[in-house]
Amino acid sequence: MKQDSPYDVDVLRKEFPILDKEVNGHPLVYLDSAASAQKPRAVIEAQREYEAHFHSNIHRGVHTLATKATEAYEGVRAKLKNHINASKREEIIFTSGTTDSINLVAGTWGRANLKKSDTIVLTRLEHHSNIVPWQILAQEKGFAIEVVEIKENGELCENSLKEKLALSPKIVCVSHVSNTLGTINDVKNITKQAHQVGALVLIDGAQAAPHKTIDVQVIDCDFYAGSAHKMYGPSGVGFLYGKHELLCQMPPCRGGGEMIESVSFEKQTTFNVPPYKFEAGTPNLSGVVGYGAAIDWINSLGLDNIAAHENSLLEYASSKLLQIEGLRLIGTAKSKASVISFLVDGIHPSDIGTLLDQLGIAVRTGHHCTEPIMTKLGIPGTVRASFAAYSTFSEVDALVAGVERAVKMLR
Amino acid sequence: MHANNSLELRQGQIIEEFDMFPDWMEKYEHIIELGKELDPIAEADKIDDNLIKGCQSRVWLTASLNDEGNIIFFADSDAIITKGLVALMIRVLSDAKPREIASADLHFLEAIGLNAHLSPTRSNGLLSMVKQMKMYGLAYSAR
Repeated sequence: MKQDSPYDVDVLRKEFPILDKEVNGHPLVYLDSAASAQKPRAVIEAQREYEAHFHSNIHRGVHTLATKATEAYEGVRAKLKNHINASKREEIIFTSGTTDSINLVAGTWGRANLKKSDTIVLTRLEHHSNIVPWQILAQEKGFAIEVVEIKENGELCENSLKEKLALSPKIVCVSHVSNTLGTINDVKNITKQAHQVGALVLIDGAQAAPHKTIDVQVIDCDFYAGSAHKMYGPSGVGFLYGKHELLCQMPPCRGGGEMIESVSFEKQTTFNVPPYKFEAGTPNLSGVVGYGAAIDWINSLGLDNIAAHENSLLEYASSKLLQIEGLRLIGTAKSKASVISFLVDGIHPSDIGTLLDQLGIAVRTGHHCTEPIMTKLGIPGTVRASFAAYSTFSEVDALVAGVERAVKMLR
Repeated sequence: MHANNSLELRQGQIIEEFDMFPDWMEKYEHIIELGKELDPIAEADKIDDNLIKGCQSRVWLTASLNDEGNIIFFADSDAIITKGLVALMIRVLSDAKPREIASADLHFLEAIGLNAHLSPTRSNGLLSMVKQMKMYGLAYSAR
């Protein structure tokens, strides 16, 4: 079926070479964009063009190509700064992705500031990548990790948040959007409350950045992390935003080229300023260039338009899926991004996923790297469909028909 | 039931059986049927010690030696397709000599077009289960 969309999705899809593919003899129905979004030709071309015409190592060369590569790389930093409305370009650190960004905060700020008597606060909704770096550090330092619980519908429990904040944590680490349940957290409000008790705030924005306009100054968070590959860009690239004064105080965690001011065996080695202090070694240059093209692509379409399209898909998918007998949605927060998790009574999610794959429908099944949510809800996992700018209503129809067919076979 | 058949023969029978299902849907329907028919594992054996580490569905496996010196496997899974694939593995490997199991060349999944389920990128635990079955074969043949 067809519905109104703020842009012509069929035209847009032509920009994505992979969407033409057939899988297992069926046209690909790609509903796994929350795991990784597909790339438009603009991104693929930008990377290829960089590799073919501009590649050189950045920052240290005097020759023309080095200058061009540096300009391209630093240009994307400026682009990203504008995209999330950071106040300075020095507040943007390139990383290999959200996971790397969170590990960076844990490894530098955390290692330097957290001690045995301290408490930090995470939430039940977090992806493993916003849990495990803190657990590894807690093993070393002995601080306590407190967890904000969720309600049945997948929203954070306000009372639980208040209880945990009353413990005067040093940092609150929270996802902007849950990758499993789709819950959009009110990170501005959470940040405000956390700041009132003197806690810093780190936001895992991996799932939010492709769907929402991010303004780190309005949120007022101290750290914000994101990944390019969720934003139609290349994998292996991401960013960490950090408030400048914090970044200046934080020690480096990885040593190497580019992150130093001066290296000496006789005197103390001194370090570069942020963001370079945190960018040891040669980065993923073509990936960063591709990321720049992805941001341009998103902005040419408009995040509000993308969100509007995805929201109508989400609404449509929810109502259609619920018509399947025994199907229940997992995660029904009032404010949700384009992720839909579900279970069918008596059927294991991996069975549904296996049969959907035979129909060319790519969904994700399992715990989605959020085992604590599954434990809390007492379920083995979910089937998760996720939408992006290029997803269509007929793909939702294919999903619904596929699930119906799978259920019939499995019952 | 298979005690006198070689593992090759057993695999050949499965390949022949699946020849009747050229369509993926029928193939999977058959696997689901096999899953439903698989002799259940004793509830008492559904313990963590018998759990095969797989990312998504849980697979339990037990092994014991019968009077003829053959290994008898019992297995179960909470996902029915996985259980059907597990049933096929049991048909091939159960009630066989430990040494045969340890050195078995399992090619039938490829022949029936289900090899993807044995790929290390699949997280259904089947590959780990086969490894564990062979480990049992190795362990019992060393006795």
